Amino acid sequence: MWDYTDKVKDHFLNPRNAGAMDNPDAVGEVGSLACGDALKLFLRINAQGVIEDATFQTFGCASAIASSSALTELLKGRTVEEAERLTNKDIAEYLGGLPREKMHCSVMGEEALSAALKNWRGEAAPQAHAEGELVCRCFGVTDVTIRRAIEENGLRTVEEITNYTKAGGGCGDCVPRLEEILAEVLGRTPAPAPAARPLTNLQRMQKVMRVIDEVVAPSLRKDGGDIELVDMDGADVLVSLRGACSSCPSSQLTLTDFVQKTLREQVDPAIRVRRA
Amino acid sequence: MDQQIKPLYFDNNATTRVAPEVLEEMLPVLSDLYGNPSSMHRFGGQVGRLLARARERVAAGLGCSPEEIVFTSCGTESDNTALHSAVAANPGKKHLVTTRVEHPAVLNVAQHLEKRGHDVTWLGVDAQGLLDLDELRRSLRDDTALVSVMFANNETGTVYPLADIADICRERGVLLHTDAVQAVGKLPLDLSALGVDYLALSGHKLHAPKGVGALYVRRGAPFRPFVLGGHQERGRRAGTENVASIVALGRAVELAAANIDEENTRVRALRDRLERGLLESIPDARLNGHPDRRLPNTTNISFKYVEGEAILLLMDELGICASSGSACTSGSLEPSHVLRALGVPFTFAHGSIRFSLSRYNTGAEVDTVLREMPGIIARLRAMSPFREGADAPDGGACACSCSAPGKGGR
Repeated sequence: MWDYTDKVKDHFLNPRNAGAMDNPDAVGEVGSLACGDALKLFLRINAQGVIEDATFQTFGCASAIASSSALTELLKGRTVEEAERLTNKDIAEYLGGLPREKMHCSVMGEEALSAALKNWRGEAAPQAHAEGELVCRCFGVTDVTIRRAIEENGLRTVEEITNYTKAGGGCGDCVPRLEEILAEVLGRTPAPAPAARPLTNLQRMQKVMRVIDEVVAPSLRKDGGDIELVDMDGADVLVSLRGACSSCPSSQLTLTDFVQKTLREQVDPAIRVRRA
Repeated sequence: MDQQIKPLYFDNNATTRVAPEVLEEMLPVLSDLYGNPSSMHRFGGQVGRLLARARERVAAGLGCSPEEIVFTSCGTESDNTALHSAVAANPGKKHLVTTRVEHPAVLNVAQHLEKRGHDVTWLGVDAQGLLDLDELRRSLRDDTALVSVMFANNETGTVYPLADIADICRERGVLLHTDAVQAVGKLPLDLSALGVDYLALSGHKLHAPKGVGALYVRRGAPFRPFVLGGHQERGRRAGTENVASIVALGRAVELAAANIDEENTRVRALRDRLERGLLESIPDARLNGHPDRRLPNTTNISFKYVEGEAILLLMDELGICASSGSACTSGSLEPSHVLRALGVPFTFAHGSIRFSLSRYNTGAEVDTVLREMPGIIARLRAMSPFREGADAPDGGACACSCSAPGKGGR
């Protein structure tokens, strides 16, 4: 069970300003049924640019509803300029904090606000992924959202990015890209990929056989030669050259320069190729 | 959270209350009878006899012999042990067959083995959660080490035809494991006729305490211990026995056998009344899983346009306990892998609620739930931007990975 603050529970059980608004001056919509949460924010803004009223409709969990309720309370009475400076942190702080995994609910509030203010200024309502590069396809998150979440919240890990934006929380395919973006924003080089685990003898043998069959042999055959894998002992590969290769004066060169190089590149840098 | 004196407990597939008769039998083992069953003195020996009695009771309840029962710490350990055994005993066989709707105790072990070089066939299910047995038949290979199919699904209650699956496996000489954690105590079970090689069960799903389970290993089926150490369980599961809980499990299995008719008559009728009432009184609600081939105690209903966690927390305010397959409750960001495997539309999957009953539920409790649920759903729908005819904005913004286990993500 989530450890929600009393304030979150209160705003979930007694949401303020819930419901649609008649003739609003601005509307901001984010999320979808498929994503599991969505927020539609309605604003009434007077001629002086003061937000006189704010209401919401939310589909989502308790913290999504509480974040929406908090957002509308924060907005009422503020000027548009003040509202523009609100971030997800203000929403989370207003609620006395949110569980780490639920921070994306506060980010949804910030995004709905940003969409509503754009709508008020008469800019086209932001289409899904119209801005920036679509990074997480599962949840439709762009790099703009991700970069802003990293900067505004001082995020340091991919897990935190997922908690704040949901990016990377589905299939996980975008996690390497999230690492790159995180590194770019933080101005550091990404950590090198962990070293591949050493091959077992069996794996090395299978890979050597495959590379010889699919890469090495077809190439030699084009020159009228051929190759046969005779045996393997650890990283030592014993082969015999056939056809034109067997009498070719440069066959030793073929062995080391082509066969060994290919196997070292594609299988294991430790491989040594010898003539059987 | 406030202490609730008496919850309206509809979450028996998550865990069950310890039956008073069970508690009564285990208490002496937690106080006076503290001897170690492996000891040579009579003080320990009397505890050893309790252990033997518990094994006989479990075996009698399942229709097998006591030597075929290994006590473990939980259903998950039983599942891990079964998969590990079949794989370790068949080093030349690199293929496993299981389903996309398994409990994580099987699913994640199979994924782990897949990462370590095993080839796993993930059987899909149809919209009602049923398997295609021809697909299972076709998937079997000469190097198939094990087939693992759950007896009944924990989320939807869908029951799988293990007897037919056992016939298919036996024809091809392939070992068969079943995770029966949700079935034992809810469905009549006779291992002497069923034809599975391994079966996992868990104590706390059938009114014994948490922290005890058992694995049935058919006589002659290959076995490799998962926990190494002392000679307990005839060398098949090391570690000093959790005697009090094992005694409890023995009594709980005995009670389950005595109550199996009630489970399939009175409890089923309560479940049916609850289900019918909810589907009739709440618009845009649908049943997930198969309506008939199902555990007698489980119903999984989706409410469109609202989200499961919010539903559960409003129910909790009234003391009603249930579960949801929504993303927000699964600890992940996507709805349950089971509902996704069934192809439940996302518009419904996020609003799924599972009610699971037990013999301790009453008609009055069902009346309360039927009285309260329409208001809860209406209250959340009033807040939702979605409603009939206004499904937008969907915008295709969220493809949500329906990724299969085995594809890496879940």
